[in-house]
Amino acid sequence: MHASGTVLLAAVQGGAQDVPARAQMATTLGFHIILACFGIALPSIVLLAEFIGLRRGNQTAMRLARRWSQVMGVLVAVGAVTGTVLSFEMGLLWPGLMRQYGSVLGVPFGVEGLFFFLEAIFAGIYLWGWRRLPGWAHWWSGVPIAVSGIFGAISVIAVNAWMNTPGGFTEKNGRITSVDVWQVFFPRSAIYEMPHMVLAAYMVAGFSVASVYAVGILRGRRDRYHYTGFALGFIPAAILTPFQIFVGDTAARSIAADQPVKFAAMEYVAQTSRQVPEWLAGVYVNGHVYAGIKIPYLDSLLVGFGPGTKVTGWDSVPPADRPPVVWLIHLSFDVMVGLGTLLLLAGLWAAWTWWRRRRWPRPLLFWLLGAVSGLAAIVAMECGWVVTEEGRQPWVVYGLQTTAQAATTNGGVLASLSIVIVVYGVIGTATIAILLMLSRRWRRDDRDDDSVPYGPPGALADRPASQVES
Amino acid sequence: MADAVGAILLASVTLYAVLAGADFGGGLWDLLAGTTRRGRAPRTLIDESITPVWEANHVWLVFDLVIFWTAFPRAFASVMTALALPLWLAVGGIVLRGAGFAFRKEITRVSLERVAGAAFAFSSLVTPFFMGTVVGAIATGAVPADASHASLAAWTSPTALLAGFVFVAAGGYLAAVYLVVEAGRRGDRSMRTYFTRRAQGAAVVAGALSLAALFEVQNSDPAFFSRLTGRALPLVVLAGVCGLADLALLTAGRTKGIRAIAALGVAAVIWGWGVAQYPVVLPRTAVTLTNAGATQATFVALVVVAIAAVVLVVPSFALLYALQGRQMLGEGEHGTPSAATSGGYPGTPSAAHSGPPSPDHRPGSASRAVALGLVAIAAIARRRRSR
Repeated sequence: MHASGTVLLAAVQGGAQDVPARAQMATTLGFHIILACFGIALPSIVLLAEFIGLRRGNQTAMRLARRWSQVMGVLVAVGAVTGTVLSFEMGLLWPGLMRQYGSVLGVPFGVEGLFFFLEAIFAGIYLWGWRRLPGWAHWWSGVPIAVSGIFGAISVIAVNAWMNTPGGFTEKNGRITSVDVWQVFFPRSAIYEMPHMVLAAYMVAGFSVASVYAVGILRGRRDRYHYTGFALGFIPAAILTPFQIFVGDTAARSIAADQPVKFAAMEYVAQTSRQVPEWLAGVYVNGHVYAGIKIPYLDSLLVGFGPGTKVTGWDSVPPADRPPVVWLIHLSFDVMVGLGTLLLLAGLWAAWTWWRRRRWPRPLLFWLLGAVSGLAAIVAMECGWVVTEEGRQPWVVYGLQTTAQAATTNGGVLASLSIVIVVYGVIGTATIAILLMLSRRWRRDDRDDDSVPYGPPGALADRPASQVES
Repeated sequence: MADAVGAILLASVTLYAVLAGADFGGGLWDLLAGTTRRGRAPRTLIDESITPVWEANHVWLVFDLVIFWTAFPRAFASVMTALALPLWLAVGGIVLRGAGFAFRKEITRVSLERVAGAAFAFSSLVTPFFMGTVVGAIATGAVPADASHASLAAWTSPTALLAGFVFVAAGGYLAAVYLVVEAGRRGDRSMRTYFTRRAQGAAVVAGALSLAALFEVQNSDPAFFSRLTGRALPLVVLAGVCGLADLALLTAGRTKGIRAIAALGVAAVIWGWGVAQYPVVLPRTAVTLTNAGATQATFVALVVVAIAAVVLVVPSFALLYALQGRQMLGEGEHGTPSAATSGGYPGTPSAAHSGPPSPDHRPGSASRAVALGLVAIAAIARRRRSR
């Protein structure tokens, strides 16, 4: 009686917090990661536009660069604070993880801090230096933002890769006794996780920019401004898509070796066997896959290039060490791959038409694809995170520490989760509302510009005064 | 090595306090600036001074957290568990402040602008207060070695609450002092007087609160008090002297050096705290700098990161503050563009050169070299293009 009471008390006070804590981490990380993608990749796209604007004297590209940089200002600010929330949550939600492994996984975070500094400092110069810094000096002040965005992302992904394939330290009697910094920064899975996320960031930012202008084009604003805006987002993202699919394919094969249980959940491999079929869609319940399409041998073929390849199933570990919701992992994986393929097709379509006709495709379907490409890229990226995070459960550090051990022993996570959902809902809505408001304001400005037949075009008036003087 | 990392942590906490503390203080003065019309001038000055730099200043907080959990994971986990509530409230404040500030810039409708502005200003009050209570709770030894539960008593002791108020007042004091110089640089007499009065007020309030906290510590924690007035005495005296010196300079209407002195005063308070509790991370426990959970390799890595920060980040900050100080950053509606170029008004350049752009980085040759470098790279790029 007494013993069961203690267990119950422990469940109420302690163990039960890991589910709400995971939900809160998922909410805040899922929100922040979208902003992080823009933080990583949007500067490069803005710099590309400004480069074309400066080099070719293209006033349309220049105007786009200025406006995107204003958008970047809003997104970087919101991203900076939501990122700070995450670093607090590392301790507030996962003190067990930090107590045990803080000194190991902290090192890549420290390096990330450096790049975050450079990003924030040069963002301050670039975003607010449009009027007074001379053209190319201003362009160069943006380069560190783009570079440190990429390296910052790599540092943070190093931590996630380390959680998936931990290594580079020795643990004696539950204490860390030595750390090999290099191995912590570049664990086995880093080689595919790092490029996968950086490319994903560029796809999210590029396709999102493209969607905005595709919607405008669909609404009949078929002018140079909209086509330039679409091209500057779509072309880089479409060029990177095939590379992303290659990296993703390599990643899946490596996960089959590095984290076989995660891979088994991704592909519905219940028993370790050969000649494993590939399931497209479908929901796994009690040993049955409902509403799925079965392609014989394909999974074995994909893993080892031969139908006889043995694939490890989740029966290789006891039930307690398996991810709790396999269908979520499998469906997320399928959605990610499906959307990636769709984006690849959109890019190929544009490339084909350009090759044959030297113009954009005209069919409505292409522009509809373009209009949803941003959302598709965001959903695919979020699904990828669901796969990697859900697929690692019940572990937070694969094979070493469970998520329940890492979670806070404080109660009340449900309360903070509810507040987080409300606050982030408001901030997300406000961010979108402000971007829409900016877009309306700019359209009004453009109309006003058009009504002045001999007035200077908007972008020309924006040139730094120093250049006008000299 | 552990001592070096402890010093690095304290140094970056100091930088967060004197840089971001001023941004929070700006929010405080924004909150107290009164009605829309009356508060227009001070709010504009605050907004323009904070805009390009607040994000970079804010990164010090992330850096502090990372160093804390990497170097002293055991202490970090305990602090995050025991003081979860004030930390959550501080995080909430950070989110609302950043979002409110960024949104307010883009919003044109006055009613919505007011909502965003209120979120920014109110949370500028909340965040430093709860951070102060966290520091107060740690300093008074209210955090146990391996905390498993949040504790309300830990951060609601009189000392911790006083520390919260001291943080708010110190932020307001720093902000007002910086804004006096900023207003002087722009030749804005009325704003200069406006913020001089507020800087004096905040200095008196912050000083009084600090003395009250000191007396409270004498009663509640004699051991800590004896160390504060023992080996940390020079720093405590320095803090007091800096406060009085700034008060005197402000009253005399002198602005040269007041920012550096104000920052030095706040830094002395933080280092006084650090020296008084050295080498213990969590007072009244056995958790010290060396046994809080990290290995030698981690400490070495952190020292390398800190050196990299000095090499990469400090010159970048110098450039940012130098450009900000010369009013090269901003939307440009205020002040004519020609003032930003080298010619400018005869008055402004000398003002811009005399005062340091930030209390911690001398403007001197480093930032000028970086600025020149940037222009030189641009010139080379242009030449290559024309070839």
